[in-house]
Amino acid sequence: MAPALVWLTALMVVPCALVLALAFFRRGIYGGIDYTFTFENFGLVFDPLYAGIFLNSARIAGTATLIAVVVGYAAAYAIAAAPRRWQPIFLFFAVLPFWSNYLIRTYAWIVLLNREGLITQLLRWFGYTGEPPSMLYTEGAVIAGLVYNYLPFVILACYAPLSRLNPELAEASRDLGASAATTFRRVILPLTVPGIAAGAVFVFVLSIGNFVTPALLGGGRFQMIGNLVYDQFLTANDWPFGAALAMALIAIMLLVLMAQALAANRAAGRAAEAKGDADG
Amino acid sequence: MSEPRTLLAIDQVSKKFGRVTAVDGISLDIRENEFFALLGPSGCGKTTLLRMLAGFETPSDGRILLDGKDIAHTPPNKRPVNLMFQSYALFPHMSVRANVSYGLEMEHLPKAEIRSRVDAILATTELVQFADRKPEQLSGGQKQRVALARALVKRPRLLLLDEPLGALDKKLRGAMQLELKRLQHEVGITFVIVTHDQEESLVMADRMAVLKDGRLLQCDTPHAIYEHPADRFVADFIGVMNFVPGKVSADGVMAVNGARIAGKVPAALSPGASAVASVRPERIRLFPSAETANRITGTVEALAYHGLDLQLHVRTPLSPRPFLVRVTADAADRRPVSSGDQVELGWDAADVRIFAE
Ligand SMILES: Nc1ncnc2c1ncn2[C@@H]1O[C@H](COP(=O)(O)OP(=O)(O)O)[C@@H](O)[C@H]1O
Ligand SMILES: [Mg+2]
Repeated sequence: MAPALVWLTALMVVPCALVLALAFFRRGIYGGIDYTFTFENFGLVFDPLYAGIFLNSARIAGTATLIAVVVGYAAAYAIAAAPRRWQPIFLFFAVLPFWSNYLIRTYAWIVLLNREGLITQLLRWFGYTGEPPSMLYTEGAVIAGLVYNYLPFVILACYAPLSRLNPELAEASRDLGASAATTFRRVILPLTVPGIAAGAVFVFVLSIGNFVTPALLGGGRFQMIGNLVYDQFLTANDWPFGAALAMALIAIMLLVLMAQALAANRAAGRAAEAKGDADG
Repeated sequence: MSEPRTLLAIDQVSKKFGRVTAVDGISLDIRENEFFALLGPSGCGKTTLLRMLAGFETPSDGRILLDGKDIAHTPPNKRPVNLMFQSYALFPHMSVRANVSYGLEMEHLPKAEIRSRVDAILATTELVQFADRKPEQLSGGQKQRVALARALVKRPRLLLLDEPLGALDKKLRGAMQLELKRLQHEVGITFVIVTHDQEESLVMADRMAVLKDGRLLQCDTPHAIYEHPADRFVADFIGVMNFVPGKVSADGVMAVNGARIAGKVPAALSPGASAVASVRPERIRLFPSAETANRITGTVEALAYHGLDLQLHVRTPLSPRPFLVRVTADAADRRPVSSGDQVELGWDAADVRIFAE
């Protein structure tokens, strides 16, 4: 316990505290930091310009989460339905992209999406002669990149409860007169919600703070908070405002994580209470 | 009494999984309102046969006729048949009431009707006070009753039960056997129960089928199967039997030591063929009268009281295994025996069954 606390303090609490402290100072006239106490950096976070970027980030992360959950759940479902001995192999392929570097994976999308990229060439090969579609440097490209990068998490998170599900539950539902669709909606889906929630929170939190994917696939415009923070620290040289933005971002992530932890806790509490009742 | 009506006809049904033949050309008729048991050792194809009746497997061959209509390819949600799973398969996220209501909601019945039918079945199965509990808050016996209520509330033409008492401890199992029989009588639904416990099927079934390696060996009332087993396997599997190996002679079996066991030889057996003569332990008497057809002297190796009766292991020259003999406690009191005693055993020719080896 004690060594863990030391590490946590050294690696998480101290740096976060430093960044937090930074957010309460002024930017020096020629960059640097002017050590006079102020709240104005936090005020600026709520400026419509920046608040808009927060909202935009949340929208992009939310869309990516939705797509990743739908696609990831379907993939996990298919894997869990495959013969037992094939499942580890399919899972291996599902997480295979993780073995390569994040940057390389993102660059691969540039190769795919750029005006003379693979997709355009494929269209040409099928006889398309018009203007090459503009796919790179769009919001769609950013969403595609985020979905692609975090999909394996969703697949793994959804596979766990799906593979543990007793197949006789679905059969019992059919036996009692339910169609396949009703069985999915009333039995399979409710019993695998924890996996979906875990995967979704993961994708959302990692997406909303992401700056590499929007920078490479979104074409350098201020699309997401991650880029804005990066820019404050490395281009605009406004460390205090960058720190305030970073704190706001962390606050959003913490809220999402806490909401999920609370929901999971409540579910576990109900289960424990139920166990206690059965024993008593 | 009118001729019992056939509800379900299983006609030459087979099921192959790749190279494994799980069910091999079984034909059976199950009658309206009867309590029918499918009995056989583990792996003989009982669950596979039941799953074909429920609609979870399609026969590789043959027909399944319910009220004369072939349902072999009807999906499970379109059959008036319900299955009570070996694992119970209760929905863990639903209360007892929601579990039981589920099947009626699927029939889109009016809310009030669902409510009254669920209330009625919860009362029948003594689950009223558990209606709001989740399955994980129930004991094994309560779960079993919920699974039963959930299937019964649909009022199926046929209720299938896969080893319904397998998960319960021995004492509870005995009580539930009688309870199931009472319920079947009360609701008037045809029950087909699967079990590997021969005692259980003897206690519960009106008629039963004995399966082995996917094939039907015998189908009859428990009494008829016990008294007239179709072959050596059935004789051994149902109840306890003493076997004497030997060769077929004119009016019985010549044992290896030269002794003759008198009994009726089946027409299919020709003299000189290898055969076994068999007799149930309760048909053997100690110290028989001189005119008893079959008599042999042996040594008592062990004896045990079972309340009403006394069981003896008697070593004889007739067979490598000791004879098991069951005598009433009364008889034992009249003429006490103890371990190591020489005793004479005797049984009638009418009680001998002879099978091909
Ligand atoms: N889905 C399946 N795939 C392959 N073999 C199976 C399958 N289901 C059952 N079997 C085989 O069929 C035989 C009968 O099984 P089962 O019907 O479960 O027997 P029982 O219920 O009498 O124990 C066994 O040899 C089993 O291994
Ligand atoms: Mg079985």
